[in-house]
Amino acid sequence: MKRFGLGCLLALMVAIAPAWAVFIDTPLGDPAAEARAQRLMQDLRCLVCQNQSIRDSNASLARDLRVIVRERIGAGDSDEQAMAYIVNRYGDWVLLDPPFKLTTLGLWIGPFVLLGLAGLGVVVILRRRRQQPAPAPAPLSAQEQARLAALLDETE
Amino acid sequence: MTETEHPAETESTAAAGAGRSRRLFFSLLPLAAAIVVGIFLFRGLSLDPRNIPSALIDKPVPNFKLAALPDRPPGLAAGDLKGDVALVNVFASWCVACRAEHPLLMDLKRRGVVALHGLNYKDRPGDALEWLGRHGDPYARVGADRDGRVGIDFGVYGVPETFIIDKNGTIVEKIIGPINETILKEKLLPLIAELNR
Repeated sequence: MKRFGLGCLLALMVAIAPAWAVFIDTPLGDPAAEARAQRLMQDLRCLVCQNQSIRDSNASLARDLRVIVRERIGAGDSDEQAMAYIVNRYGDWVLLDPPFKLTTLGLWIGPFVLLGLAGLGVVVILRRRRQQPAPAPAPLSAQEQARLAALLDETE
Repeated sequence: MTETEHPAETESTAAAGAGRSRRLFFSLLPLAAAIVVGIFLFRGLSLDPRNIPSALIDKPVPNFKLAALPDRPPGLAAGDLKGDVALVNVFASWCVACRAEHPLLMDLKRRGVVALHGLNYKDRPGDALEWLGRHGDPYARVGADRDGRVGIDFGVYGVPETFIIDKNGTIVEKIIGPINETILKEKLLPLIAELNR
């Protein structure tokens, strides 16, 4: 009986999983267009809950923006046109994948610059180490010489 | 023997000096790095992540036409925002922060320095009217944006927001969140005076 209940619960969870993934909206009639709209939604940041895409967010503004994305796609916009429609209103900030331009140069190139600097540092340090080998060990004292001689004698 | 030893000695002290300054440099490096990171973090403290720069600054107001609230004419359209310096305040009866800034909007109305309009965002007309009746109505015109489409055209993502629009109908500035005494005195009023000149 317990197992049956568990099975029911599991079946229910599987059944409503898609509803969790996407909040109840009216999808576009054309599945291809809907797929395109979904892809765009995934790349648009929800402005209310800032680390979610509008596809994942249940904020009312995110819902409105989903409606607009579907509307633009439904009206025959290309992906770029539909994105531009939103970006014109909310700026590059809504893009979860920010564009490469002058103001975002640091964002895109910064990590590589840092990596390059770190690599350069490693090269410089390693090269210096090779040029200056560790100083030769101090010559043996008379006492040590004597002991060495004794040891060598022993092995012979 | 002594002659050869002497130069070698000065060389080694010079090398030791160079080594010491290099060691000093490397020991100060983490401190310098910490200071640089600290400056960025400190700046981050005073930055509000909700303050997203508006894409509409220096752009003309979007084209729109909104009906008035019932029995509270006139409504608001893009054409109404030309000719005078104007503020468009996005408000809603369900917005708690709007109540905080409301007395300042009433104060702004009394000053009479700017045309103050309201954009009633995603609100029920009855609720909006009741709210204006209870807290006072500072607006010259109010447009009822029931579905929030005009709000989206304005790039609104949180209420309240206030747009400052110059005589040509260009959006000059946007204030996100409730207006407070400081924003009013140090930002809004000087900007309005400048635009009115």
